[in-house]
Amino acid sequence: MSAMTWIYALLIGLALPLGLYMGRALDTDRHTWLDRLFGPVENVLLTLAGVDRRVSLSWWRYALAVLKLHVLLIVLVWFTFMVQGVLPLNPDGIAGMNWNTALHTAVSFATNTNQQHYSGQAELSYFSQTVAIVTLQFLTPATGLAVLLAITRTLLRKRRDTNAAESDSTETTGVGNYYVDLMRIVMRVFLPLALIVALLLSWQGVPATYDGAQRVAQLDGGSEQVIPRGPVAPMVAIKQLGTNGGGWYGPNSSVPLENPTAIANIIETIAILLIPVASLIAVGVISGRRRLMVGIGAVMIAFSLISTTLVVVSERMPNAALSGLAIADSPNLEGKELRFGSELSALWGSWTTQTSNGSVNAMHDSFNPLGGLGLMMDMFVNVTFGGVGVGLIGYLLYLMLAAFIGSLMIGRAPELFGKPLETREMRWISLAILAQPLIILGLSAITLAFPTLTGNSNPGFHGLSQVLYEYTSAFANNGSGFEGLGDATPWWNLTCVLALAIGRFLPMLVPLAVAGWLADKRTAPEGRGTLSLETGAFVGLTAGVIVIVNLLGFLPALVLGPIAEQLTLAW
Amino acid sequence: MATMQSNDSALESRDALESHDKAKAHRIPTLTLMGESLRRLNPKSLARNPVMAVVAIGTLVCALYTGMAFSADAGQGAFALIVTLVLLATVLFANAAEAMAEARGKAHAGSLRATRGELKARRLSNSGRGNEEETVSADQLRRGDRVRVVAGELIPADGEIIQGAGSINESAVTGESAPVLREAGTDNSGVSAGTKLLSDELVIEVSADPGESLLDRMIALVESANRQKTPSELALSVLLSTLTLIFLIVVVTLVPMALFVGIETSTVMLVALLVCLIPTTIGGLLPAIGIAGMERAMRANLVAKSGKAVEIAGSIDTLLLDKTGTITLGDRRATEFAPCHDVELERLRRVAGLCSLEDPTPEGRSIVSLAREQGAELEMTQEAEVVPFTAASRVSGLDFASGRCWRKGATNAIATLVREGGGRVPADFEALVERISRHGATPLAVCEDNVLLGVIALSDVIKPDIAERFQALRDMGVKTVMITGDNPITAAAIAAEAGVDDYIAEATPERKLELIREEQASGRLVAMMGDGTNDAPALAQADLGLAMNSGTQAAREAANMVDLDSDPGKLLSAVEIGKQLLITRGALTTFSLANDVAKYFAILPAIFAASVPALGALDVLDLHSPESAVLSAVIFNALVIPALIPFALRGVRVKAASASAMLRRNLLIYGVGGILLPFPTIKLIDLVIGAFF
Repeated sequence: MSAMTWIYALLIGLALPLGLYMGRALDTDRHTWLDRLFGPVENVLLTLAGVDRRVSLSWWRYALAVLKLHVLLIVLVWFTFMVQGVLPLNPDGIAGMNWNTALHTAVSFATNTNQQHYSGQAELSYFSQTVAIVTLQFLTPATGLAVLLAITRTLLRKRRDTNAAESDSTETTGVGNYYVDLMRIVMRVFLPLALIVALLLSWQGVPATYDGAQRVAQLDGGSEQVIPRGPVAPMVAIKQLGTNGGGWYGPNSSVPLENPTAIANIIETIAILLIPVASLIAVGVISGRRRLMVGIGAVMIAFSLISTTLVVVSERMPNAALSGLAIADSPNLEGKELRFGSELSALWGSWTTQTSNGSVNAMHDSFNPLGGLGLMMDMFVNVTFGGVGVGLIGYLLYLMLAAFIGSLMIGRAPELFGKPLETREMRWISLAILAQPLIILGLSAITLAFPTLTGNSNPGFHGLSQVLYEYTSAFANNGSGFEGLGDATPWWNLTCVLALAIGRFLPMLVPLAVAGWLADKRTAPEGRGTLSLETGAFVGLTAGVIVIVNLLGFLPALVLGPIAEQLTLAW
Repeated sequence: MATMQSNDSALESRDALESHDKAKAHRIPTLTLMGESLRRLNPKSLARNPVMAVVAIGTLVCALYTGMAFSADAGQGAFALIVTLVLLATVLFANAAEAMAEARGKAHAGSLRATRGELKARRLSNSGRGNEEETVSADQLRRGDRVRVVAGELIPADGEIIQGAGSINESAVTGESAPVLREAGTDNSGVSAGTKLLSDELVIEVSADPGESLLDRMIALVESANRQKTPSELALSVLLSTLTLIFLIVVVTLVPMALFVGIETSTVMLVALLVCLIPTTIGGLLPAIGIAGMERAMRANLVAKSGKAVEIAGSIDTLLLDKTGTITLGDRRATEFAPCHDVELERLRRVAGLCSLEDPTPEGRSIVSLAREQGAELEMTQEAEVVPFTAASRVSGLDFASGRCWRKGATNAIATLVREGGGRVPADFEALVERISRHGATPLAVCEDNVLLGVIALSDVIKPDIAERFQALRDMGVKTVMITGDNPITAAAIAAEAGVDDYIAEATPERKLELIREEQASGRLVAMMGDGTNDAPALAQADLGLAMNSGTQAAREAANMVDLDSDPGKLLSAVEIGKQLLITRGALTTFSLANDVAKYFAILPAIFAASVPALGALDVLDLHSPESAVLSAVIFNALVIPALIPFALRGVRVKAASASAMLRRNLLIYGVGGILLPFPTIKLIDLVIGAFF
């Protein structure tokens, strides 16, 4: 446990300065020395891309820009995967992917999910990994952060009427410029940070080479062993930092080549939560609403501690299969790397589901049922830090719901930051909330009704958990797999594409739309009579809304899955 | 003697009858209520409320299943039948809540309208001189018609006096029996149908077509069939429908999931689960809450032109309040005689008192009584002619045959008179005026020929409990702005004493409008009250414009709420009623959702426990059997509705407090309470019905 406390402390210690840096580097309304440092390169690139960086887009144009770029990327990447056999950088001669797995993979990476229905080292060429996948691994978290910045500027920022001189005269009333945001985030945050982490990892022994697989003669003199390699370290860096999760190797960070040492494991673990935690601080700096962000951070940390404790305690319990044996007192080590043991595996598992990262260093399928329950609850909630950018955006969705109910309870027509929440806003907020049970439960129910579609390795409660986990992971854009599913089929690929796309864009763009709509409305000044989003009562209300919505929606499914499994096991 | 007694008792019994009628109006007979609840089972009424429509469909499904169970003799028939009946009761309870709210509202408005049905009107012919008149029934009157009313008659329609003046008994509308004066061409020219003209004769121009009068609008607000949902009610309905849809998905997808793990689910139990999870409590009470809110406004004699007006009152940030009548009593009182440097107090007191003997205004009377209190002998010893007050001269007084003249009036007017008469204004006069003004009083100067004698202080009398009310408003975050025609010094003193946040002195209607725009530009919602025609633009601009019923037609049309009592303090009541309406909705929504947790723990183990005994561990309440568990939950779910009807109709209690304190308190009661309360209650119901199942 003390190792975990240290890792939490180290995380906060690193996220604080990073958050403060991001708050300065990403605020488009403030000019700092960083503009002189990064500005020239950014401006040249933006000019080459034909972007007029003075244009501030309306929320609708911003959303459209996001969608256009993503459709383009998906199509490009999809074709890349299908024809990778004839493309360069393919020393191992890997053939093209079939159309539906390629589509699923393209959408999965374009939605920051990195759910994999294939095994990376065996089915993707170096070209596909480095050009197609890593590009998406940079751009998708940057998009999440960009939309968060747009919402921060439009909805969260306190009005600074007094120093109008600071606001750029060329700017109009839009929410910002997507391309400028994207460029700043990649240049100022992701590239430098990924470079540092990649160097650290290759120092620890993660491969970073364009040579082909290494062939090693086996000691018994028999067949030679083929060890796949590649530019692994750079990919793993952004995979961890950008809540991507899709690794070079199929078994992800449980493979020694991807996660070789204890130090590498700590670096990779902290990298999971680093940017999501730092973005809270950055938004606090940019918006000027520090107390609000402290409240949000408190809820997130509380959720994180509860879920992590549940999973860690669960994994300390012995595996039920061993009950009655002499070793029954040992923790559950099935599906775990003995190098890491149960605690660090449980910690990684919790954090990777809390953040929609989805990388793994252990087999989630083999967690004890309550551990699996904790992971699934993390993904249902999906705002315990959540994905880069989108975690906080998702939290805002619940915040809007809580503000609606909270306003009524103080006798005011519903307001958020003093701006009226009306039927149009509630309709879209409701839709975004409704989509989650509709997609996850709906697709799970259909799949479970036709066991031939499922193709899973377990019947009964555990089988149900496997299916539920897969769709939950897709909708939450997490990407971790419970595994044990024959999931490279057209059914799984296509239904997951649906879950991925809706789970990504609806909860991300609805708050942007609401922010855009609210920006045009009157703002009641904050006072004694208005709903303060910073009080303990409201923070508690928001936490309550998150728990109630998710608990009420998913409790029956959880009862039939992990809870029933846990209770029917011998102890 | 005997006759008189019988007369008295007849009177008494009539009074008793009336009060009985009133009581009955609020408590509709059980039989009517049941009939009304059943009548609302028709698909058209149900479709207005998606939450209850789902319950109704669930009831049908259970009824079908009951039939099948009995014909197949499957043994679950009795259980299914009882669930069906409880679900039906749930719908009926919700219908009853709506019917009760509607009946209360209509009883109030209807009794007002009843008096009008038989009214006759003398309509003046439109053709020419207006001398010809015909007698028509009141409901034939149209907008623009002119009617003549003579003393002793009831006024046949809402309208505006265009000729004449008279005192009117408005008790039929306001309940207040003291007569009020209404006069053409003033700000008090409005009259309401059903009120009685006591004196004189009036010509009235009718202001509303049949079916569009204030009363008709009032009735439309409480009729569930034609009622327009208010904006936040609409948004809340969206949320409730979404929750209903979510739980529908949860329950429907449960079937294949359960089958996959080998559990056959019981349809009746699934329907029971669905009904328990969807927000039936708030869904069932929502229309009643809305209607009851309108009814509460009506009971305060506030007639809203739309439900939106009542709702918006709760969100008001800034109240513009007229000083006179709201903050101070209507009349000012003399409190001090302040003589100039070389004048004796007695001389000033005598002149001021005698000047006021013939002054019929309350202010004039108060000068006389103050002078007498201080021991002045006020006897007229010489003949004098009374010079009345005019708006142009701004002074009044006495002219003696001897040529002497006494004047009292506005300070600058008197000073001018003195100067014109060749006298001089003493050096300390200005200081006196300023001292009196600074203390919130109005100075009134007195002179004898060209000698300035001194100043009378007329003080406003601040209403006794007004400071506490403003404190309560401040606690709720509402900013109060006093509007007054007084000079800035006087205004500041009164503002400080009454405890308002801000004031506008020497206010004009234009300044009011400007202020409203300013406040709105900074995002605040503004309420104001007015009566005059020149208030109309400001009333229209304000988010909540409250017109006095006595006000002009223009003011009443521009406003979105009319106060039948014409009481300037009503804005405060309007804010409270609006807040109460919204809080009731929010509180019951929270309560309804929080209840779900306990219901899950009752029903989920019951559904699965037969197939998977291990899940019995979730049965934290240790309920008797799966059947009794499900029944306890649905019975609780059904009974919560009638139990909360009083809450819905009366509205939850609103305490003046800051938003944060209010949120904390309501979350604790309705959120935490809503989670905890069902556990013991469901257990209790289970103990009772456990004997049968």
